[in-house]
Amino acid sequence: MVATYSDTQQDNLPGAELLSLTGLSLRFRGQINDVVDDVALEVRRGEVLCVVGESGCGKSVTSMALMGLLPADSAQISSGILRIEGEEIDLSSQTLPVSMRGNRVAMIFQEPMTSLNPAFRIGDQIGEAILRHQGGTKPAARARAQDLLQRVGIANPAQRLDEYPHQLSGGMRQRVMIAMALANDPQILIADEPTTALDVTIQAQILDLIRDLRDETGMGTIMITHDLGVVAEIADTVAVMYGGQVVEQGPVAEIFDNPQHPYTIGLMSAMPRLDAPGGRLAIVPGTVPTIANMPEGCRFRTRCAFAAAACVARPALVPVAPDHAVACHFAPLETHVAVLA
Amino acid sequence: MSDVILEARDVVKHFGTGGRFLSRAPVVQAVDGVSLQIRRGETFAIVGESGCGKSTLARLLMRLLTPTSGSVQFDGREVSGARGEALKTLRGQMQFIFQDPFSSLNPRMTVGKLVGEPLEIHAPELSAQARRDRVADLLRQVGLRAEHAGRYPHEFSGGQRQRIGIARALASGPKLIIGDEPVSALDVSVQAQVINLLGDLSRDLGLTLVIIAHDLGVIRHMSDRVAVMYLGRIVEMGRAEDVFAEPRHPYTRALLASIPAMAAPEDHKATVRGEMPSPSAPPPGCRFHTRCPFAEARCASETPVLSTGDDAHAVACHFWRDIAAQAAPPTPPRRSAEAEARFELYRAATEGGTVTHKTATDPQKQTTKTTERI
Repeated sequence: MVATYSDTQQDNLPGAELLSLTGLSLRFRGQINDVVDDVALEVRRGEVLCVVGESGCGKSVTSMALMGLLPADSAQISSGILRIEGEEIDLSSQTLPVSMRGNRVAMIFQEPMTSLNPAFRIGDQIGEAILRHQGGTKPAARARAQDLLQRVGIANPAQRLDEYPHQLSGGMRQRVMIAMALANDPQILIADEPTTALDVTIQAQILDLIRDLRDETGMGTIMITHDLGVVAEIADTVAVMYGGQVVEQGPVAEIFDNPQHPYTIGLMSAMPRLDAPGGRLAIVPGTVPTIANMPEGCRFRTRCAFAAAACVARPALVPVAPDHAVACHFAPLETHVAVLA
Repeated sequence: MSDVILEARDVVKHFGTGGRFLSRAPVVQAVDGVSLQIRRGETFAIVGESGCGKSTLARLLMRLLTPTSGSVQFDGREVSGARGEALKTLRGQMQFIFQDPFSSLNPRMTVGKLVGEPLEIHAPELSAQARRDRVADLLRQVGLRAEHAGRYPHEFSGGQRQRIGIARALASGPKLIIGDEPVSALDVSVQAQVINLLGDLSRDLGLTLVIIAHDLGVIRHMSDRVAVMYLGRIVEMGRAEDVFAEPRHPYTRALLASIPAMAAPEDHKATVRGEMPSPSAPPPGCRFHTRCPFAEARCASETPVLSTGDDAHAVACHFWRDIAAQAAPPTPPRRSAEAEARFELYRAATEGGTVTHKTATDPQKQTTKTTERI
């Protein structure tokens, strides 16, 4: 699918490049290592990019940097160029144009309970996003808010407008968050673990909604998640992060059918499987080192069963198949490594 | 000794919610008539979404809550009315592992004190030295080191803290451990370590495990038998392989179809719409009928009974035979041969195989980035 999309290069068509991030490096003040180290991402129109990794891999910090949500007094962005539809923004200046946040780029978060203000009615909260960026009258904003609620699948939108967040279930709150994010027709939606707090049947409904909206609006989506199931479900392309670095990226089918990085392989092996139960699960030994203790070179080498002396040098992201790149000296494993039981 | 270690008979737990002057309080029917038998040495899983009553049921089984009606028996003795010395003995034999390793350990106690505390209560005859030795043994048993006893919980990662919680549960030498979402707060790679640990312990110590979880992959991997709960009732119960391969209740089918990547995206729309009704006003008849794509008039009036008897795979649905005939159950995705081969290679390497590197590293693959920085 991605390959056919990339044939068309005109704007507004699916597959046209929408957002690209290059060379993002940042660290928290007082730290000696970067928490995000030379990360590059790319999203095309109508495409869902999933950034996957475990706690502390830098995936959320990356998305916060994209939204300009990192306060300059605690985080220092040393480099990073963001291009959105040809416009170029230097993230290291740590000021994002007002037109960007909530307008061209919108974000939804994991905790719909804490992201909504409990003291304001749903309608007012969505209306605020509209008035802030588009101006207009309050009744017009209210009408638009009602349309948005309808669009994200909330029953009785007119009545819901006057309700408070605590009157809604978790799934409905996440729908309200999505409605707010859509208020200004963003070109990019950043979703940070949007379904993690939800039950599995509600998660399926929200993923369906995000997929439908992508098809309708052609917006690009960056989905931050730790759940490989969600990745398989919704991603067009995938970036696997470990220790603040992208270790593997490519089209979703490639990542699942041809995983190359030992960390990607380890994550997939550690997931309990529905089709091959029982026995012991394969593990990724140890835990993620703290950012101060990150090893030089390949950051995964302290937990990698295949690590060798060469891993002290940082491996570059090298293409192994069309659009599929891996940062490992020994990829593909079977040609470089033998294991004797 | 009976084969059944823990049995619940028609257990009901209703919570009053306060109410106001002259108005009757709505009653939350958290658990409404649950019967189950847990066999010695097996791993039994209870699965369902938030609000289905699975955690309340676990607390009833442990006697952390007293049922409104019905009985719970552990090893043939009534649990619900136990108090005093009988309750203390019972607590020693049934232990609990909590979901959140961050809030379930007292931050002001050292690990040694945390793990030793149950010993002070259940084995007061031990000398201080014997207790320290036992704590060291327990820590080693869960994959920690004896010298960790002097540290505080905040010095450990989530996975290690969950190991401390497990060591604490093991301290009294229980026969049965109930885990309420014991791995759901952990990252995938750490989760796998804890799942393996629980599996090893249940095998080595002959423990019976009751696992409450919402992650169907975890349940499929760990459990021998499964009960699926919806709004306070068990809707399906049977051997894990049967329930997963041939789910009979429409709700179980919906749960399985909702697992991401379990089904083609289009399938989702046919599963369930809407959200679970409030347990203070459950629908009459079959409680799932408001969301069930197969519901008929009978479902709203007549409560289906969980069929039992010698059929090991019980279901509470009037129409499960018809439904099974017209729709195939969701199937798990297949992995490519290439991926499977790498999983094998990875497993061999992490499980102590000798890794040899056939080729020298291609120098072109290295960047100079790291060296430039130095």
